[in-house]
Amino acid sequence: MQMKFLNWLAIAPAWILAAAIAQAAPRFEDSMAQRTLACTGCHGKEGRAGPDGYYPRISGKPAGYLYNQLLNFRDGRRHYGLMARLLDPLSDAYLLEIAQHFAALDLPYAAPPPATAAPAQLQRGQALVREGDPAHDIPACVQCHGDALTGAAPNTPGLLGLSRDYLNSQLGAWRTGQRRAHAPDCMARIARQLSPEDVAAVAAWLAAQPLPRDTRAVATLPRPPAILCGSAMRPAGRPQP
Amino acid sequence: MKRVIAAVLLGILTVVALVLFLNFRGEDEIHDAPPLTPPAGESVARGAYLVRAGNCMACHTERGGVPFAGGRAIETPFGTAYASNITPDRQTGIGDWSASQFWRALHNGRSRDGRLLYPAFPYANYTLVTRADADAMFDYLRSVSPVARANTPHRLRWPYSTQAALAVWRAMYFSPAQYRDDAAQTAEWNRGAYLVRGLGHCGACHTTRNALGANSDMLDLSGGVIPMQSWYAPSLASPGEAGLHDWETAQVVRLLQSGVADRGTVLGPMAEVVLHSTQHMAPADLRAMAVYLKALPRTTAGAADAPVAGVRMAERGAKLYEQHCAQCHGDEGEGVRGAYPPLAGNRAVTLPEAANLVQVVLGGGFPPATTGNPRPFGMPPFATLLSDDDVAAVVSHIRGAWGNKAGAVSEFAVSQQRGGIGR
Ligand code: HEC
Ligand code: HEC
Ligand code: HEC
Ligand code: HEC
Ligand code: HEC
Repeated sequence: MQMKFLNWLAIAPAWILAAAIAQAAPRFEDSMAQRTLACTGCHGKEGRAGPDGYYPRISGKPAGYLYNQLLNFRDGRRHYGLMARLLDPLSDAYLLEIAQHFAALDLPYAAPPPATAAPAQLQRGQALVREGDPAHDIPACVQCHGDALTGAAPNTPGLLGLSRDYLNSQLGAWRTGQRRAHAPDCMARIARQLSPEDVAAVAAWLAAQPLPRDTRAVATLPRPPAILCGSAMRPAGRPQP
Repeated sequence: MKRVIAAVLLGILTVVALVLFLNFRGEDEIHDAPPLTPPAGESVARGAYLVRAGNCMACHTERGGVPFAGGRAIETPFGTAYASNITPDRQTGIGDWSASQFWRALHNGRSRDGRLLYPAFPYANYTLVTRADADAMFDYLRSVSPVARANTPHRLRWPYSTQAALAVWRAMYFSPAQYRDDAAQTAEWNRGAYLVRGLGHCGACHTTRNALGANSDMLDLSGGVIPMQSWYAPSLASPGEAGLHDWETAQVVRLLQSGVADRGTVLGPMAEVVLHSTQHMAPADLRAMAVYLKALPRTTAGAADAPVAGVRMAERGAKLYEQHCAQCHGDEGEGVRGAYPPLAGNRAVTLPEAANLVQVVLGGGFPPATTGNPRPFGMPPFATLLSDDDVAAVVSHIRGAWGNKAGAVSEFAVSQQRGGIGR
């Protein structure tokens, strides 16, 4: 009982503060959050995923991954016109700073929607993620995305907290060449090994998994992955994310 | 009968001869061979600066592509032209060109093999570039890494795709020219005129194009809609549009150097110009351009304005403004200095041509991240949030509020532009 009360006490100021902010018109502050209001309109308040789940969450993802994506959209390896247009006039150094801003946010995730897929499909999904399918040259996803699937610094994102639609469309886009990553594009190779049924299965299973307590990406993987993945060089003179 | 035929034939021959004459006039014969020695470092450095002032990279680089390797599509009313590979690759670029052939491309608009070039390449402006500057740019381009990338064939509609049509067009609208100093003006003004009218090719956007895609007077800077882009490049000669006559010189320099000034922020295609070109120019050159622009003969903005918004539309617009815009631009359209442009008394808001406003509200944007403004604040796109009707109402509202006195914008005008957003 006492424990609970103390907990409540600890978070109370945050609640009260949040309520106050919601009421008063937000005041101007010279911050990265203010600078990136153009992003959070779609990506949800503070970048925690948009209302319909299609606008992916960006906060808390590894900075190197976010940076690579911003370059991908700006340089035409991923396509979303409304976003590319915002990124066009920005420098590499500033894009890195934006990536680091969102990466540093540590915000709670919503609970996943209940799984609606057939048990057999979910089983196939889980097997692919955990063990891969050596017969079809498909490595286990956990090799790179981490045992807890929360990603690995600096460039590999987590796979939880994403909607089924988003996962389906991203893996589909890699298969058709609509989404590309820096060479060597390991995900393109893996996505092409997946059959359409496999894509549906991993998307269904991943989208239904709750997040572990610690949602942060692991600093290092237990074993170096079998396939190499590419990444952009960091702007000169900048710290590695 | 024979006489008539002879007369007609003679007439045709005369016209063809005239077109040919007009196309080749002012051309020097080419005798030099492609250079065999690497360019001198000093010339390369000067050329690098001039290539930026001419913004060659912006067109000659594909999205995400290698600089100068070409391939970027330039949409025109006559189809799509693709910028060429101008890296020194011998097969696909300009590695086998001589300095005179490069000069002829800029000055006369003809390729190495004699082909007439399309005016999507703004040689109508570059024709004013001096031979010495062209040679330095050639030296710089010879120093970049060669890239083997075959040119993309243009996709222009017949008859515009033919050399004959291009020859007629050039006979009508293009003549090679040289910049001659105006002795009545200062050296600074002349330097500015050379940069604005020649290498900087400001007139390529800031001048009206006629139905045949020609700038009526390449150099009057009286404003024009950029073909196929739904952006309006305002008149630099009219103080009611983007004329700079009553701006302090330092503010003009700041705008071109950083993308933001007290009274305006660059948007869209102009943000690209600042990002890739003017921010890299020497302060002395920017000052010279400012001096020239400030001294342009004043004109008054043309088109009569549309009627102001009706009461119902104005009320709805005011509500939408409060809900979506006031947070950044302020209750009184006052903006936040250094972050958000003011909308009260802002010429970008009251321009008779409202295309840019609709573009900004639908697509949002950041000012360019420049050395002078490295961490800009952004505006969200409203294309997915507001209907055409809403956009018309809020834009009409800001055009008529806080002392602004410009006419309303119709829902139709918004819907016409929506298609071009976010492609
Ligand atoms: C108009 C809505 C919109 C705006 C505004 C927007 N985005 Fe996005 N963003 C999207 C959509 C949609 C996607 C997914 C696109 C796809 O690949 O299908 C996306 C994807 C991303 C991704 C990749 C996420 C991942 O997990 O791979 C990043 C990073 C990102 N956005 C960052 C930003 C930043 C930073 C800004 C502001 C400068 C911004 N976005 C503005 C809609 C938007
Ligand atoms: C060899 C390492 C590796 C393996 C194995 C791997 N991934 Fe990835 N994955 C990556 C990297 C690196 C990225 C980031 C790519 C980029 O920069 O766009 C990525 C990105 C992704 C994304 C995009 C996430 C987003 O937010 O847009 C998805 C989805 C994904 N992987 C799914 C999978 C699935 C499913 C598997 C197993 C079948 C798998 N990956 C196996 C390395 C790997
Ligand atoms: C507004 C876009 C644009 C800008 C700016 C531009 N170019 Fe081009 N350029 C083109 C296009 C389009 C072509 C192709 C024309 C054609 O093939 O008819 C071209 C063709 C050329 C050619 C002829 C290539 C060949 O193979 O025939 C040269 C040389 C050239 N440009 C040099 C330059 C230089 C130097 C600059 C900067 C001072 C520059 N361009 C700036 C669009 C541009
Ligand atoms: C690619 C087309 C293009 C070129 C080239 C171009 N401009 Fe612009 N310019 C525009 C457009 C579109 C606008 C309107 C948007 C805006 O307000 O920034 C504009 C706006 C401006 C403004 C008004 C900005 C403000 O906010 O008040 C000035 C001043 C200006 N241009 C000067 C120049 C000069 C000087 C050059 C040559 C170095 C130039 N432009 C070259 C397209 C162009
Ligand atoms: C999150 C802050 C923000 C919000 C909300 C916002 N804007 Fe902006 N606005 C900006 C910024 C930043 C710029 C400069 C953009 C650029 O240079 O590309 C700008 C530019 C403009 C301009 C061009 C001004 C100029 O000098 O060229 C207009 C017009 C405008 N906004 C209108 C609106 C309207 C109407 C709304 C509401 C529907 C709105 N804005 C909402 C931040 C905002």
